[in-house]
Amino acid sequence: MFIIERCDGPVIHFESVTKTYPNQSRPALESVNLDVEKGEFVFLVGPSGSGKSTFLRLILREERPTDGRIYVAGRDLARLTNWKVPQLRRRIGCVFQDFRLLPGKSVYQNIAFALEVIGKPRRFIRKVVPEVIDLVGLEGKGERMPDELSGGEQQRVAMARAFVNRPMILLADEPTGNIDPATSIGIMKVLDRINRTGTTVVMATHDAAIVDSMRKRVIELEYGKVVRDQSRGVYGQAY
Amino acid sequence: MRAQFVFGEVWIGLRRNLTMTVALIVVVAISLSLLGTGLLFVKQVNHTRQLWQSKVELSIFLCDNNPLSPQCTKNGPATKPQTAQIRQTLLKLPQVVNVSYRTQAANLAQFKKEFAYDPVFVASVLPGDIPASFQVKLKNAQADAGPVKATVTGMPGVDSVGDDSSILTNFYRLLNGARNAVIVVAIILIIAAIMLVANTIRLSAFNRRRETAIMRLVGASNFYVQLPFLVEGMIAGLFGWLVAVALLAGAKAGLDGLQNYFPFHTQLSLSDLVEVVLVTMFIGLLLCGTTSFLTLRRYLRV
Repeated sequence: MFIIERCDGPVIHFESVTKTYPNQSRPALESVNLDVEKGEFVFLVGPSGSGKSTFLRLILREERPTDGRIYVAGRDLARLTNWKVPQLRRRIGCVFQDFRLLPGKSVYQNIAFALEVIGKPRRFIRKVVPEVIDLVGLEGKGERMPDELSGGEQQRVAMARAFVNRPMILLADEPTGNIDPATSIGIMKVLDRINRTGTTVVMATHDAAIVDSMRKRVIELEYGKVVRDQSRGVYGQAY
Repeated sequence: MRAQFVFGEVWIGLRRNLTMTVALIVVVAISLSLLGTGLLFVKQVNHTRQLWQSKVELSIFLCDNNPLSPQCTKNGPATKPQTAQIRQTLLKLPQVVNVSYRTQAANLAQFKKEFAYDPVFVASVLPGDIPASFQVKLKNAQADAGPVKATVTGMPGVDSVGDDSSILTNFYRLLNGARNAVIVVAIILIIAAIMLVANTIRLSAFNRRRETAIMRLVGASNFYVQLPFLVEGMIAGLFGWLVAVALLAGAKAGLDGLQNYFPFHTQLSLSDLVEVVLVTMFIGLLLCGTTSFLTLRRYLRV
C-alpha cells in the first residue's frame, strides 16, 4: 500500500483534536484546530500543563488523540499502522531540554547513531555527518565526548542529530530551557538556519525574550485550548 | 542491514551485564547437557533393548530323570510323541519365529561356555543335570513371552519354562527410571533457563533504555531496535550449547564406559551423539530466541 503525500497541503494539520489521558477528567488538549505550513517557524507557548508537550507527542504519534484527526506530512495518523510509525518519525527531528545524548559516544558517533539505526550506508554517513557538524557550528569537535562540551554545545549536537536525516519537521521541546540567555541566541541561530533550508520548526518554549526577538508565528495554549494564534507574534504580557 | 552495527551493540550488551550473561551461559549449558544426556539415555536403552531382544529366547525344558516339577516326577521323562506334540504346539503359535531342539549335551556345552569364568560352578554341574530343551525364538521377546509360556506350561513332558526376558524387565525399569529422572531435572533447569533469559534481556533493555529511546525517536524500525537484544540472547544460548556439547561428549564416554559391565554391549555411535547435539542446539536456540522475543515485546514498545 502506498501513502500518497499531499505536497501542497499543510505539514501539520489538526482537526478538532481532543486528548484526554486515562484517569483524568480535564482533557490535555481540547478541540484544537490548526495548520502549520511547510517551511514555517512556529512558537508554542503557554504555562506548564497547557498541553504543549501533548501537542508534540501527538505529532510523533507517541500518543493517539481521543477525538479528531491529525495529518502529519500528508499522512492520516489514525490510519498509520504501528509498523509504519518509524517511517513517520524519520521525517521528524526532535530536540529536548535535556539533550538526550549518549554519554559513551563521541559527537560524531552520536550523530552517526541516528543514521546507523535506520540502516543508512556507511559511505553516506561519512559524508553527511561532518556537514551537519559544521552546520550547527561545532567544527573540529567531532571527536569530543558529550561531558567535555558545554550545555549549548551539547544542544547543538542534539540539533545536528535531529537534522542529519533532513527531516520535514523539527520539533523542539524547550531547547533553551537548560541554557543561559547568551548561549540561547546561538541555539536560535542554528534553528533559524535549519528553518531556512525549508524545514518546518515547531518550538515549545517559556523563553519570552527569544519569542519576542524572533517575531515568528506564536500559538498560545491555555488549559488545552488555543487561545491565540498570531503571525509575527510576541510572547504575551501575562507572563 | 548493518551487521557491524548490530554486533557492536550486541557486544556492548553482553559486556555490560557480564555476570548475568555468564549465569545464563552456565544454566543453558547444564540444562541442555542434561536434556542431551536424557536423549542419549533413550538411545542407549533402545539400542540395548534391540540387541537383547534378538538374543532372548524362551527355553522349554523337557522332563528327564532329574525333574523339577511334580508333574514330571509323576509321569517320568518326556516320551517321543510328547516331544513331537510340544514342537507341533509351539510351531502353531503365531508369536513363534522358530523352534530348535537342544539335546542335554548341547545344553551342557552352552552352559559351560556361558559360565566359563566360574570353573567351580561349572564343575558342580554334572551331565544329566540340565535337561534337553526347545529353544523358542519369539517375534517380540517381551510381549510374547507370557502367552507362549502359559500355553506350554503344564503340557505333558514339559518340566519348566525359562524366560530370559523377565530378567531384562527389571533392568529396563532401572534404565527407564534413570532416564526419566534426568529428563525431569533437565526440564526444571530449562524452566530456570527461560526465566534467566527473560531476566537478562530485561536487564539489558533497561541498561540500554537511552539508546532504544533515541532509536525509536529517530525512526528505527522495531526489527532494528530489537535485533541486538535477540542476537544477544541467541549468542548466550549458543555459548551455553557449546559448553553442553563438551559435557555431552563426556556423558557419551561415560555411557560407553558403563557398557563394559554388560556381557553384550552396544556403544552409541558418533552419529547418535551428533544427532543429540543438533537437537539440543535447536532447542537451545529456540528457547533463547523465543524468550528474548517475547520479553522484548513487553519491554520495548513503540
